[in-house]
Amino acid sequence: MNITEQIKELVETNDVVLFMKGSPDFPQCGFSGRATQILRSCGARFASVDVLQNQDIREGIKQYSSWPTIPQLYVKGEFVGGSDILMEMYENGELQETLQSSEKVDN
Amino acid sequence: MVTPENIKVWIEENLANSTVEIDGDGHHFNAVIVCPDFAGKNRIQQHQMVYGALGDRMKAEIHALSMKTLTPEQRDQSEA
Repeated sequence: MNITEQIKELVETNDVVLFMKGSPDFPQCGFSGRATQILRSCGARFASVDVLQNQDIREGIKQYSSWPTIPQLYVKGEFVGGSDILMEMYENGELQETLQSSEKVDN
Repeated sequence: MVTPENIKVWIEENLANSTVEIDGDGHHFNAVIVCPDFAGKNRIQQHQMVYGALGDRMKAEIHALSMKTLTPEQRDQSEA
């Protein structure tokens, strides 16, 4: 499997997945920490991928969505945004809606 | 070291008709970018336009850039 296929599998097999630096409990970058906090404030269950553990994924994810920065959030396989967009969506309630709709599809 | 003024010039040169307000300490920057071409685009596309204007500088010189993107109309509303 090449790196694009690996990433595709990660975002399609996890309803909500955050590509970040470090782990949710020990983020290694302020922006990744902020994204984690926002998701937790929404009560969201999410998977995370630590890009610092895998250089291929770290570079590959930037190509995958033509987005040069980490963190990146995917819901149901769709790229939602980086930390600025997550904050904006959290403040106007869009993120909560997006996350809830991802849960409803499951039930 | 990259200054806020550097980033302002890089974006404004490469993103037509844009205006940038930015502050930062050389490592972390906060920018508000206003551009008429943002109209009809979603937020992801708007941020991608700004990243496109910065090109490889996002990989090298710029460590951390927070941004907010607005059309001129949105800016006028938020100021009203």
